[in-house]
Amino acid sequence: MSVQQNASTTVAASGARAGSVVQSAMAVCLGLFVVGFVGFSHVEIVHNAAHDTRHANAFPCH
Amino acid sequence: MSVFRSIVFTSVLTGLIVGVAVSAVQHFGTTPLILQAETYENAVPAHNHEAATPEAGQEAAAAAPATAEAAPAEEEAWGPADGAERFLYTAAANILTAIGYALVLTGLFSLRSKTIGWREGLLWGLGGFAAVMLAPMLGLPPELPGTPAAPLFDRQVWWIGTVAATAAGLALIAFQRKPWAAVLGIVLIVAPHVIGAPAMPEGETALAPAVLEHRFIVAAVVSSFIFWALLGSISGSLYRRFEASA
Repeated sequence: MSVQQNASTTVAASGARAGSVVQSAMAVCLGLFVVGFVGFSHVEIVHNAAHDTRHANAFPCH
Repeated sequence: MSVFRSIVFTSVLTGLIVGVAVSAVQHFGTTPLILQAETYENAVPAHNHEAATPEAGQEAAAAAPATAEAAPAEEEAWGPADGAERFLYTAAANILTAIGYALVLTGLFSLRSKTIGWREGLLWGLGGFAAVMLAPMLGLPPELPGTPAAPLFDRQVWWIGTVAATAAGLALIAFQRKPWAAVLGIVLIVAPHVIGAPAMPEGETALAPAVLEHRFIVAAVVSSFIFWALLGSISGSLYRRFEASA
């Protein structure tokens, strides 16, 4: 009984850990997408709106 | 989705605080220098923002006869008007950039799954500053408008590659206590500079004086340092709270 409980707790814990890894990785990807949009978009309007930010952050610009 | 939610809450709050703070720093640091550099840029007759790249330069040259009489108001895409509007768009872009970087940083905190506080966060922030500002600026220094440069796409590829290699190198050195990891980390950090950044076209000179360019580099590095120090410490401190209450 207690062995089973332990086993199921371990499975649940490793499942939760795997879930949190996926969620953390999703957050990292979302962050990269946001930075990419602001700093690297070739769309002229986005470039102009974020112009001073791009220069100050030394993103390759123009 | 509690982990994801904690990361997003942490990042949005951090991004708002850091974005506003850094916009204030830039308003007195980098922005006046950008505006000053633009006066030199605007003084050049058939100015084109992309005139520094060879292809765009040819395009501009080809288009010049037709638009010569219409200058100086050439056909440019929309941009915010100078003054309050421009400041607001810059602040919004700063906030978004800060939220983006905070998502990456907090996601990495969570992947490490160690207890984090403001101090650990600050060290992560310094790592971010080294990877995202210091390493790429060795090859591609912060530029004022009107500075000649290699084609944009080449520079973006080198920039992203350098940031990724430096971040991986720093992580290997910080988190793996093995000699091979330290060696590999150092190689990764040095490699982009051995390859070399795309060179600026020969025979072109910057429009703004070198003194102004130098002041801009100092201002940009200092503002980036403040950005990363705040981003790391605030996100570290907030993530600890959100995680505890999740």
